[in-house]
Amino acid sequence: MKNIQLLKDEAIAAITSAIDIKSLEQVKVDYLGKKGLLTSLLKGLGKLTAQERPEAGASINAAKKHVLDQIDLRRQAIEFNEIESRLVEETLDISLPGRGSDKGSLHLVTHTMERIESFFTNVGYKVEQGPEIEDDYHNFEALNIPAHHPARAMHDTFYVGQNRVLRTHTSPVQIRTMETQSPPIRIICPGRVYRCDSDLTHTPMFHQIEGLVLDKNISMADLKGTVIQFLKAFFEEDLPVRFRPSYFPFTEPSAEVDMQCTGCKGTGCRICKDTGWLEIMGCGMVHPAVLSHCNVDAEKYSGFAFGMGVERLAMLRYGVTDLRLFFENDLKFLKQFH
Amino acid sequence: MKLSESWLREWIEIPVGVEELASQLTMSGLEVDSIDSASSDFTGVLIGHILSTKPHPDADNLKICQVLSASEKTFQVVCGASNARQGIKVPFAAIGSALPNSTIKKAKIRNIESSGMLCGADELGMSDESEGLLELPLDAPVGKDLFSYLKLSDKVIDIDLTPNRGDCLSIRGIAREVATLNSTPFCELNFPHTNITIPDIFPVKIRDDRSCSRYASRIIRNIDISLSTPFWIQNKLRLSGVRSVDLVVDITNYVMLELGQPMHAFDLNKLEGGILVRMATENESLKLLDGSEVVMTTDTLVIADQSKAIAMAGIMGGADSAISAKTRDIFLESACFDPVAISGRSRLYGKHTDSSHRFERGVDIKLQEIAIERATSLLLETSKGDVGPVTVTESKKNQIHKADIILRKKRLEQQLGLSIQSEKVEDILKRLGLTVTSILDIGWSCCPPSWRFDLSIEADLIEEIARIYGYENLPISIPSTQLPIKGSPESKRELKYLRGQLIARGYNEAITYCFVDPGVQSNLMPNSDSVSLINPISEDMSVMRTTLLSGLLPAVRHNLNRQQDRVRMFETGLIFTLNGTDLKQESMISGVITGPRMPDNLHSKREPVDFFDLKGDVQSLLQLSGCSDQFEFIKDGKHFLHSGQCARIERNGEIIGWLGQIHPVIQKNLDLIQPVFIFELKLQSILEDKIPQFIGMSKFPEIRRDLAFVVNIDISAGDLCKTAHNNAGKILIDTKIFDVYEGEGIEINSKSIALGLTFRDSSRTLEDYEVNDAISLIVKAIEKEHSGILRG
Repeated sequence: MKNIQLLKDEAIAAITSAIDIKSLEQVKVDYLGKKGLLTSLLKGLGKLTAQERPEAGASINAAKKHVLDQIDLRRQAIEFNEIESRLVEETLDISLPGRGSDKGSLHLVTHTMERIESFFTNVGYKVEQGPEIEDDYHNFEALNIPAHHPARAMHDTFYVGQNRVLRTHTSPVQIRTMETQSPPIRIICPGRVYRCDSDLTHTPMFHQIEGLVLDKNISMADLKGTVIQFLKAFFEEDLPVRFRPSYFPFTEPSAEVDMQCTGCKGTGCRICKDTGWLEIMGCGMVHPAVLSHCNVDAEKYSGFAFGMGVERLAMLRYGVTDLRLFFENDLKFLKQFH
Repeated sequence: MKLSESWLREWIEIPVGVEELASQLTMSGLEVDSIDSASSDFTGVLIGHILSTKPHPDADNLKICQVLSASEKTFQVVCGASNARQGIKVPFAAIGSALPNSTIKKAKIRNIESSGMLCGADELGMSDESEGLLELPLDAPVGKDLFSYLKLSDKVIDIDLTPNRGDCLSIRGIAREVATLNSTPFCELNFPHTNITIPDIFPVKIRDDRSCSRYASRIIRNIDISLSTPFWIQNKLRLSGVRSVDLVVDITNYVMLELGQPMHAFDLNKLEGGILVRMATENESLKLLDGSEVVMTTDTLVIADQSKAIAMAGIMGGADSAISAKTRDIFLESACFDPVAISGRSRLYGKHTDSSHRFERGVDIKLQEIAIERATSLLLETSKGDVGPVTVTESKKNQIHKADIILRKKRLEQQLGLSIQSEKVEDILKRLGLTVTSILDIGWSCCPPSWRFDLSIEADLIEEIARIYGYENLPISIPSTQLPIKGSPESKRELKYLRGQLIARGYNEAITYCFVDPGVQSNLMPNSDSVSLINPISEDMSVMRTTLLSGLLPAVRHNLNRQQDRVRMFETGLIFTLNGTDLKQESMISGVITGPRMPDNLHSKREPVDFFDLKGDVQSLLQLSGCSDQFEFIKDGKHFLHSGQCARIERNGEIIGWLGQIHPVIQKNLDLIQPVFIFELKLQSILEDKIPQFIGMSKFPEIRRDLAFVVNIDISAGDLCKTAHNNAGKILIDTKIFDVYEGEGIEINSKSIALGLTFRDSSRTLEDYEVNDAISLIVKAIEKEHSGILRG
């Protein structure tokens, strides 16, 4: 039986020196294949006596099994090594940039408008839009601003023809909505507006969002609550808000809304011109003359309206220091936002 | 409006300091813009008396002055002011005094010793500019501290008044408001009326009844116009930001600032016949006080004498009838013009004056006589004069009778969301000067005072109650309402998805001005009728865009010129086109790409974008609608696009947009340094969506066959696909163009187009012969329709 031991040792040596699956397979064929060296030993069993045969058969089979087990172990080792070396080979410098990762950007004004719209649409307001070249009636007359009214001087209007202007506010959308829909109305009107004014703090085009709520029993208290909640949601901060009497021809009572300065928290800084307060929006109870222009029964319904400049809110929220950047469309600016 | 704190305090006891006062005013709707010191701080400046002057031996424009000042000492001062002369009293900055911008030291000026400095108002920080030395009243006490003498610790409060509060455009008006806010008594000004010494009157007629309700006037003769305005008046004018002119003008301005009544003084001897208040006649011209000559429209109210217009009513006097150094007799006007007659006119002529500002907002109709008496009395304090009686001409139509306003408790409560005690309401009404004419079951009937011409309806009173009660004291709530579920049509795609799609594909959203450069636009849309602005900011922002590209391409140029060679931008918004007088405002979405396809990094080969990058982006937008099969790209020409790289896009036969490369000539005209690709689509046409419907998925295998055809160079691959589809029957489910080849092995003017055809049936496995049959139909059709030859 020395022969078996010898073959077994040879086979183990061959297995150990096999460096890949292919050479290992060859070892398997060489020793365990149909004509393999160990398999051939079984054929020699016939020459043995009946007493010797079982023992010899058993030791050959044990040797075969041992060799087979060793081959499997070796195979696992080789496979493991191969995967390991592949992993090493395929290792990347993951600090390199991804491919096609380039993403564009939403304009900060659009982002701000969409964000504001969502606050209001979440509580049942509808978004309404209207023409940007407006007629005098919808931009002024219906809003209780007759010709030659001093308030028209506040509006630096662009004229495009007899009776046609670039809308100076989004309020005409409120008029158009009240003309075509009946109360209850809850709308928000975002859009471009135009004023003939251009300097460090004014661009001839900018964006407004106005809101209108028209229903039975709407009061100034409802207006205050709505504005305060909105500002809290927008700035994600509970800053003091004050309502200050003001004048707009289309609302009465009218108010200017000031919020404590986001820059200095009321102690006075450049942003608030040392007043501690920021003028944030105008608002008021819809003037009865406006309702009557739209054939709304002012005895039955009352409403409030508010309006704000989108760029101003965006500047405060995102720290933009120059209004004109919004319309220069410099990629270095646009790409800062998402 | 600027007002002096100390002047206001002369009128009314104010229980609070200036800061608290400003806060009160702001919170009641009279927004205080700023509180400034009347002057910059300075110390050591005394009142000096110039005893003598003599010329400087070495400098023509300098004088050596002997100045009497502190402790009756005389100081030698070298001075360059032209008005430095013997006898006048001026600010004397002694050695060591600190001026806003300098400290005074002993100095030699051109070898002459100078012990101090004589000052103008600018050097003391009292005004931005001044002419020479500040001349002080002759009775100013020599050697006294100037800062306290001039009361320069005073504050100037600047109030930004809203147009409805014309009643507050005076010290009197603000004082009344302060009294209302603090519940303190308000007393009218008390001054002695001047005795009438001559019977002279000048006739006044009002022809335009609606425009002028009252016209008070008076003749004063033999005044001495050469006398200088009392210093205290000059000082108050200065603090109010009004320039001192001469005695009469200063006094009329003073009365305007004090009482709110604009006045005008004419040189009586330059008037002919009588005064007529009328509208300007056709092309009537008038030379104004500021030297300009205007031709007036016939809706301009004028003051005329027998022969011609002598003033633009309520706005500015005429030059010919103005007070001059020779004037001895004056005609004083104190009128009440209707706001409607004045509004807009000052803007029309570019003549915004303190007077027009007040008349546009309204002037108290009971003020005219008081103002004229006040002016007379002030004038006669300084000058002699013979005073005629005040005459008042009133128009018949414009009588001061205002209907009472009913204020209902219930309405007040509903509007404010708060119930206010009746006593409190009545108290506020009284403080505001309203008379409660009767107390009704439902509320109050009240009559506003003459100065509150802005109060005429119930809402006005509700606002006033809220204002005085304090907005901060009103409750806070949230509107409650029924909120029924209102769906929105699912077949309408929202714009934000389109934006999101482009952003995901690397586009940056731009927002450009809707008014554009006509030069740029004419390159893109030479034939479209655009809307022009009548009053543009500048020529390059003077027409409304008829394509979003008029704004986007300059934005691209801006970036290309700033080292950004890869630009991808889009914009959404309205374009404005005129068809005759028909104005169309249509929503568009437009995009531009230029530069490398990929951002610059190791993965990119710096390949420039081409038509198909653009088309891919457009197709991705169209696919969002779920109706991409309804859109068709049709080869077409557009003058501003490259003739070989340009297509129009149709949806069910309607043109909805364009895409292509900017024509090289236009590219050059617009100073674009590299090729730019653009698309522009009608927004409404691509927002129409389809609600998707499920189609069963086939379990049976697909068979793919690839065919290549040689066709003439002009045949489009798209047409080949169409032919294949039209002829293969239902089993051809997809056709892909996987190669287009020209060159070696292919005849000149020909190309090879390789199609990948996928066949499948939804209910069974296809037999080979079925596919073969379909293919031979395709091959025949392509041969017939496009002379295409199947490549071996």
